[in-house]
Amino acid sequence: MSVIKRVVIEPVTRVEGHGKVTVLLDEAGKVVQARLHVVEFRGFERFIQGRLFWEVPVLVQRLCGICPVSHHLAAAKAMDIIVGGEKLTPTAEKLRRLMHYGQMYQSHALHFFHLASPDLLFGFDADPAIRNVIGVAAKYPDLAVQAVMMRKYGQEIIKATAGKKIHGTGAIPGGVNKNLSLAERDVLLKDVDQQMTWAKSAVKIAREYTTAHLKELLPFGSFDSNHLSLVRADGAMDLYDGNLRAVDAQGKKIFDQVDYQKYVDLIAEDVRDWSYMKFPFIKKLGPESGWYRVGPLARLNTADFIDTPAAEAARKEFRAVTGGRTNNVTMAYHWARMIELLHSMEKIQALLHDKDLQGNDLVVKGQRREEGVGVIEAPRGTLFHHYRVDKNDQVVMGNLIVSTTHNNEPMNRAVTKVAQDHLSGVEITEGLLNRIEVAIRAYDPCLSCATHALGQMALDVSVVDPEGKVLSEKSRG
Amino acid sequence: MNDIGLHILVYGYGNPGRGDDGLGPALVEALEPLGAAGLTCESDYQLAVEDAASLAKYDVVVFVDADMSGPEPFWFDRVKPSRELSFSSHSATPGQVVGLAREMFGAEVKAYALGIRGYRFGELGDSLSEPARANLALALAFAQRAVREQHFDEYTRQFGVDSGRGCACDPQPEA
Repeated sequence: MSVIKRVVIEPVTRVEGHGKVTVLLDEAGKVVQARLHVVEFRGFERFIQGRLFWEVPVLVQRLCGICPVSHHLAAAKAMDIIVGGEKLTPTAEKLRRLMHYGQMYQSHALHFFHLASPDLLFGFDADPAIRNVIGVAAKYPDLAVQAVMMRKYGQEIIKATAGKKIHGTGAIPGGVNKNLSLAERDVLLKDVDQQMTWAKSAVKIAREYTTAHLKELLPFGSFDSNHLSLVRADGAMDLYDGNLRAVDAQGKKIFDQVDYQKYVDLIAEDVRDWSYMKFPFIKKLGPESGWYRVGPLARLNTADFIDTPAAEAARKEFRAVTGGRTNNVTMAYHWARMIELLHSMEKIQALLHDKDLQGNDLVVKGQRREEGVGVIEAPRGTLFHHYRVDKNDQVVMGNLIVSTTHNNEPMNRAVTKVAQDHLSGVEITEGLLNRIEVAIRAYDPCLSCATHALGQMALDVSVVDPEGKVLSEKSRG
Repeated sequence: MNDIGLHILVYGYGNPGRGDDGLGPALVEALEPLGAAGLTCESDYQLAVEDAASLAKYDVVVFVDADMSGPEPFWFDRVKPSRELSFSSHSATPGQVVGLAREMFGAEVKAYALGIRGYRFGELGDSLSEPARANLALALAFAQRAVREQHFDEYTRQFGVDSGRGCACDPQPEA
């Protein structure tokens, strides 16, 4: 089928980095495909070669100012394998988990309240002049302050466990380099009850919004898909560690409890000539049907249960909406994200009362190896770090698959679905524009591993024909 | 030395692993050991919404960032509270953080931006470029003087960017 027109939207606002959307139309003006173009940064693998392996958990934080903790921990887990220290001491594992739950908590709070909530509170068609975080602060001041304080609390946990905001050094190969002092613990304990209250209210907001708008949200950018994440050996959600599980759109297991050291046997990456970002897929299903989603929605679909009571109760309500079956609703990401936020706060509260955090047995080492894979469930989804190290302790190979890359195909599908449902002719209306953004934002993509954008991003939209002639333009910001 | 007791926050932001993008944190790293009274130094990869809560306890905040295209070696200007459309990402501009600090926490802080000209961005690397290092040295000398003498508004007349100039810090100079 020949393509005769292109609708171009760039960049996508309120996601990390830069993105551009091209909607391809056929001769009848019908949407054939939508493409989200991302300029993925691919210099890291070259940069890391020759570096000493113990430097890597610090070095990888420079990949991204948005989620440095996730890269820090995934790299540290890979280097645990290198030094034979994967069986961490209780103090080391709990410190790392506390750091990770702090990261999850602050990231999810920021995304929901400051990036997504303007769309949810004011509606997709609200005036952009009020449909933003300042508008939320003006109309819902208590909610806005609450969101800032939730984010700040998560950042304080990171600072207490990683040591500092920039290039934190908390996790090292085989363990951690400090414990949590009683003074640090007490500062965090002081606010934990308030944070728990806010976390529960956040789930309530997401649940009530989703159930109240279910008819509108069910088809919005939605499609059947596979889902992938780590799960614990007993099938519980585990954001820090576990084995790989993938389920299909009906919840049937594609593979289960696979050691992530063997991920290359399961997952491959497809390359397409129009995108710098790769398209991961499950090998045995092939690129056409083996693509999958990662992140909060996927984790709610793969896990058999959550091991904290409030989040587990919330999970059951979440699953009840789809009759216990796999949830393939793109906009359900927000509700799932808030359930994970609550789970993280329950974990934080429990850990802060755990005396192991004040232990002094911080590092273990064992048999030296030359290859290691570290995988973690980052806020946006499963994050893979894979390294090979030579006898001189220098890295000779590094390969990363970041969460946003896993979600590459699903984001393209979501945009395609929205464009098919809402594009009329070649005119890019405010409503269409925002709906495309809303669909992409549901995945909380982080494109800043690709680029470091300075300053405010504008939103420019243009419609061009195959010869590049601009048929119409639209700008925002 | 801070003689009149103003509480001043100097906040450098940027990614030290991305070449000259690390100019802001580099200035803070050099300024902090000097230990001026009333001076607090902070740095992070980027500004974010929670910084609005932190700002409220200071009289003056100076945001320090690398600038890709501004005057050499640096510029200094007021930051106007912003009520811009939206946050475009998880990060924020100084104007947005100050705007949120006022909106949500009633902060009366006076805010300024110090933009240091950089040249090499985007690529992974440990070090600043040589021209950026030279600009940093001059900006550091200025920052030391500014913290000591505190004639901030006067400095904006000497070193301010022209109104409407685009720059990395989005300072939005007041008319």
